[in-house]
Amino acid sequence: MAKINLNVNGKKYEVDIDPDTPVLWVLRDHLDLVGTKFGCGMAQCGACTVLLGDDAVRSCVLPVSNVQDKQITTIEGLSAEGDHPVQKAWLEHDVAQCGYCQAGQIMSAVGLLRKSPKPGEEEIAAAMHGNICRCGTYLRIRAAVMTAANS
Amino acid sequence: MISNIQIMTAQPNINRRKFLKVTALAGGGMMLSFNWLAGCNPTPDEVLAMPKEWFSLNSYIKIGENGIVTLMAPNPEFGTNLKTSLPMILADELDVDWKNVIVEQADFYPERFERQFTGGSQSVRMGWKILRTAGSTARKMLVNAASKKWNIPAEEIATSAGMLIHSASGKKAGYGEMASFAATLPVPDNVPFKNVKDFKIIRTSRKNVEGKNIVTGKPLFSIDHKQEGMLIAMIVHPPAFGLKVKSLDEALVKSMPGIKDVFVIKTLEDGYEHNAFDTTSFYELPVVVGNSTWEVMQAKKQLKVEWEEAQEKKVTVLGWGGNKEDVVIPAGRESTETQRKKMMAMSGKPGKELRRDGDPEKAFKNAAKVIERTYTAPYLAHNTMEPVNCFAHVTADKAELYGPIQAPEFIMKTLVARLGLPKEKIHISLARMGGGFGLRAYGHHFVEAAVISQKLNAPVKLVYTREDDMTYGIYRPTYTATYRAGLDKDNNLIAFHVRGGGIPEHPVEPNRFPAGAVDNYLAEGWEIKSNITIGAFRAPRSNFIAGAEQSFLDELAELAGKDPIEFRLELLRRNKNNPVGKNNAYDPGRYAGVLELVREKSGWTKPQENVSRGVAAYFCHNTYVAQVLDMKMKDGTPVVEKVTAAVDCGIVVNPDSAANMGEGGIVDGIGNALFGEMTFDNGIPAKNNFHQYRMIRQKEAPKAIEVHFVPNDEDPTGLGEPLFPPTFAAVANALYRATGKRYYEQPFSKQINSRQPLL
Ligand code: FES
Ligand code: FES
Repeated sequence: MAKINLNVNGKKYEVDIDPDTPVLWVLRDHLDLVGTKFGCGMAQCGACTVLLGDDAVRSCVLPVSNVQDKQITTIEGLSAEGDHPVQKAWLEHDVAQCGYCQAGQIMSAVGLLRKSPKPGEEEIAAAMHGNICRCGTYLRIRAAVMTAANS
Repeated sequence: MISNIQIMTAQPNINRRKFLKVTALAGGGMMLSFNWLAGCNPTPDEVLAMPKEWFSLNSYIKIGENGIVTLMAPNPEFGTNLKTSLPMILADELDVDWKNVIVEQADFYPERFERQFTGGSQSVRMGWKILRTAGSTARKMLVNAASKKWNIPAEEIATSAGMLIHSASGKKAGYGEMASFAATLPVPDNVPFKNVKDFKIIRTSRKNVEGKNIVTGKPLFSIDHKQEGMLIAMIVHPPAFGLKVKSLDEALVKSMPGIKDVFVIKTLEDGYEHNAFDTTSFYELPVVVGNSTWEVMQAKKQLKVEWEEAQEKKVTVLGWGGNKEDVVIPAGRESTETQRKKMMAMSGKPGKELRRDGDPEKAFKNAAKVIERTYTAPYLAHNTMEPVNCFAHVTADKAELYGPIQAPEFIMKTLVARLGLPKEKIHISLARMGGGFGLRAYGHHFVEAAVISQKLNAPVKLVYTREDDMTYGIYRPTYTATYRAGLDKDNNLIAFHVRGGGIPEHPVEPNRFPAGAVDNYLAEGWEIKSNITIGAFRAPRSNFIAGAEQSFLDELAELAGKDPIEFRLELLRRNKNNPVGKNNAYDPGRYAGVLELVREKSGWTKPQENVSRGVAAYFCHNTYVAQVLDMKMKDGTPVVEKVTAAVDCGIVVNPDSAANMGEGGIVDGIGNALFGEMTFDNGIPAKNNFHQYRMIRQKEAPKAIEVHFVPNDEDPTGLGEPLFPPTFAAVANALYRATGKRYYEQPFSKQINSRQPLL
């Protein structure tokens, strides 16, 4: 057990926890931020994507001890009302089917747009390739990222 | 056969009893017990707009004094957008403004709602009359209320978007003003429906009512649920089919941080009479319970379990229509290779005859050309993105469950038997599911969570790891089919034979196309038993047989020297003008309609250069689909440029959402055709997570998909499944044109000689 300081969505937290615990489970079980999803636990599906600084990372393999004091943004931190441009684009294209993968998809898209505000189709596809959508909403995801980039 | 969900397609009786009003509502109170589930986060404006009092007109509809309307979504949502589309049907008949509607997910209340099963692409089709009846009946009660209050004949009162209007006198009232009185009036019988021409909400695109909650990460799924004192439980199931628990060394794990208990549960008692959705994968499961997910995961990895060979087991299954069947679960550890040999041996022998027309043996003898081809497909794992999970709180006198379930009615029966509580004491809340695809018709996780909670006398959330989920069974069966066809010297199809089998069920649908269009026809099926469990998977059986049949017809058309679309149309004309045999399970006119529409929309007669095209069509789950898939090869890897689909599902309730469903089915079809596969080695599933089990990803998705709907006024049918099965053949047929090679074995990616590893 160790005391770890976290900065999530601009809020400070102190957790007393096994330092190997992945950020995903700290968010979900300890901070009640359950928007970030568990899909595979081995950086293969993207459901758990959050931003570390400006980088989209897989929180299921990220030990909490590695993110002391770094800025973490989760889906809840984008905007509670859904008015972040990427969220708005997702609503405009009515992307979701079951919706389970979409928080991870959105966070990957936000990470991409922070790096590359005007990505091309191929760049979008490459950046979003790590996020599985079992329902097959890939085309709408691509269209929504385009819309967000142009807004 | 336990995956047969056809029974669920029988039209239910619309039982007027269920339209009776629900118990009186307290002011401002919610009718049902939703408040214990988080997930609704009204803004201050919305709070102000919430009515002070609700008046229930029937189980589906309640109206606030200020005109806000709450509509119940009766069926569990697994991504097909029923939570939006079903209430749209209610809203249109009720004649309210969609923007004044709040949608609530109903809990499982079979005494209030006709049909709370999601699957078989039946929810809209089966809900159509039920929901129109509920909407039109409630509207009539409001009209009757106004008629009494205003002393005006009901026939003279019109409604429009939540208003009651008497134009002659200029009298007007909102539904909210009449709701309290209307709720006291008798429920009228036989209220006529709206004319379909007058629909205002149906046939318009309405966004997913949960859209905002999804993009803001609200706790919509049972895996997100949390409550005071809740423990986390995980199971450790045998690593192989054919094994069971022998003993457990729990001491080490019990002392690990955060761990509360370690024990073995019995999922179903010996001698229990199974129903069709009870899973027979494993009857005993070691369980680890603790405070947090990560701690339990760590402990689970350390748990030492000794396994032993399971014996053959006989269970009684209460099947459809009340027939009891004794089912044998064989002992032993199976491998894909040995299964394959057994299947090939069976496919060389006659199977059970399923349909015979004319004299196929003689016709084959007289044929000028005969062609025979064999198709195979592996087991598939559903791999819903949300792993298995369920919340349960079972006390001495009641049980509360909240989890992803497509078939609550069935799991209720199992829970009653297993927990020893009457059904009135068991409450099931229907969680939004992070995917279902048939898998969530099987509610073993409800039983497991409930048994664990009962033992601990504490609220428990059961969570599977991806590995537990992928290796637990309930797979799409493995199948094969051999097709044989005979042409006469003028290239007319005179004989057709399909023999299909699988483990543990055969995939043949004997009365589907081209049955009824060929004079001499024979269909046979055979089955091999196994202890590897299977279950419904998006379009059961069709998801294999469509690909096989439509690939074969493509090759057959080529042998006959005919255009593949024209070849199919010719057979459909034959069926229309002079059908062969009885019970042909399709309407040749509607079938031809989708082929003609896809021909036009894809520009079939004017193909682009460098694009290889495959066509396929299929009818299943009451919906007709035809697809043209455009492919290019890039460095030896197939790239899907575009898929054009034509669909006849009658009236399209929510067009944009319907297109989304079509796109999803096509993407899923391409993914499973190219990559989907589960294999076994000595009973052990050979893949346990996404590093091994390949799923279609963003770069492999088509560049474009167009879904066109045949415009007509037929009653609506479903869309969750029908776009999926023909895609396998559209891929195979396009691959043939792109590579010059026919593809008989799924997954096709293994058969493609790519110069580059596939992405
Ligand atoms: S849960 Fe982290 S990538 Fe799948
Ligand atoms: S929307 Fe269901 S997994 Fe993506």
